[in-house]
Amino acid sequence: MGKLVALTGNIAVATAMKQINPDVCAAYPITPSTQVMEQFSEYVADGLVDTELIATESEHSAMSACIGAAAAGGRVMTATSSQGLALMWEMLYIAAGMRFPITLACVNRALSAPINIHGDHSDSMGARDSGWIQIYAENAQEAYDNQIQTVRIAEHMDVRLPVMSCMDGFITSHAVDSLELLDDKAVRDFVGEYKATYPLLDVEHPVTYGALDLQDYFMEHKRAQSEAMKNSRKVILDVAREYKKISGRGFEYFEEYYMDDAEIAIVILSSAAGTVKVVVDEMRAKGEKVGLLRPRVFRPFPYNEIADALSNVKAVAIMDRADSHGAEGGPLFMEFKSALYNSKKQPIMINKIFGLGGRDLMLPDIEMVYRELRDIKNTGKIRTLSEYITVRGEEAAYGKA
Amino acid sequence: MKKKGWKDLPIGGVILEAANTKKYATGDWRTFRPVIDLEKCTNCMRCWIFCPDSSVVLVDGKVNHFDYDHCKGCGICAIECPDNVKAITMIEEAKAKEKH
Repeated sequence: MGKLVALTGNIAVATAMKQINPDVCAAYPITPSTQVMEQFSEYVADGLVDTELIATESEHSAMSACIGAAAAGGRVMTATSSQGLALMWEMLYIAAGMRFPITLACVNRALSAPINIHGDHSDSMGARDSGWIQIYAENAQEAYDNQIQTVRIAEHMDVRLPVMSCMDGFITSHAVDSLELLDDKAVRDFVGEYKATYPLLDVEHPVTYGALDLQDYFMEHKRAQSEAMKNSRKVILDVAREYKKISGRGFEYFEEYYMDDAEIAIVILSSAAGTVKVVVDEMRAKGEKVGLLRPRVFRPFPYNEIADALSNVKAVAIMDRADSHGAEGGPLFMEFKSALYNSKKQPIMINKIFGLGGRDLMLPDIEMVYRELRDIKNTGKIRTLSEYITVRGEEAAYGKA
Repeated sequence: MKKKGWKDLPIGGVILEAANTKKYATGDWRTFRPVIDLEKCTNCMRCWIFCPDSSVVLVDGKVNHFDYDHCKGCGICAIECPDNVKAITMIEEAKAKEKH
């Protein structure tokens, strides 16, 4: 059994990194990055890890250095947020295309403009097509647990893809939470020894990375990359099962909270799910059949499992902490609609955009969404398909929040 | 050469064989080609050192000809050839092809 401690999400993730003891970390360690790397750099300075820490002049360089170190044959980790992730963009695709199992702690924060430092999902949602696996944590415990699992998922020979482990900026990253840490040895045994494929430092077997790939072979390489992402579905569950053996904590593609007999449900990512659970408890106490589905794995998106989980629900609100401007709703909404398009039993679905730039989502805001879902269930009519909530200037149709 | 399917390729576009550019003519988009006058050439080896595509071919340790399969026609050899020698001239590829 592990040790119960009180830590911020940042330090929880830095602790996981310390226990993993990667070969190389390349990062731009100040704003917009959170304290993860700053904390980890102390472990390096104190000699608690063997990691080569490279402080680069930008996140573009940080990810470039990660790619170089991964090509050389190292186990590589980094951390960033917000504009930092945006500046890595070009290199994110290259890390995925070159199939390097780099792991990245992404503390979700808003993208400018206007300038904002607080939590929302626009950074990682923007990177959802970059070829990285994406896993979202509800709290510091899960951020810690996910971080350890990402290494095994990324490095699995059927996968070999980079993995982004996300937690909410400030709410999870900077607030102190109680969590259980595993022993250093348990983590090191779990992640095991890294075996690089074709390391550049193996000078007896010289290889070329990053060669030009034109009409004749580019598509074959992309097809193989697509297969790796498909393969990760099984690996993510296998790794979670194995992790449960050492931690006692189990993980799936998504968490279902009172979904068995739920007639109406909210779908929401990360820390806001904790707030929704409070409302579900209150409404369940009054006999209302409400539920919550919290996606954990967003890439690869578990289409079939999601369609099954929602097949008996009458109305569902997908709540996005990011907008996809010009699309009909946020990124999560689009995925859920796609997941259910081929399903014979489809709930009515609406979308709420909330919490941008760290705007709080309060209990009455969530109750209002459930009230609207109850009316949709009873009447079969939708008032608005997708809208912003918790925003001034919109009429609150379902009572004052 | 039969092209491989996606299941048979090494991961991430890595090339496992060293120096296999020999098999792939990279010089076919050249617009100018270097031509050498071996009577003027002093074998100072500057062109051989500076050529970014290793396309200056030596025979018995002396500059002999260019590998036109891989020379991209950048002209560095002609520039680097010493001013008092100037054994290399760049000629239009289209005209060079007309001659042959």
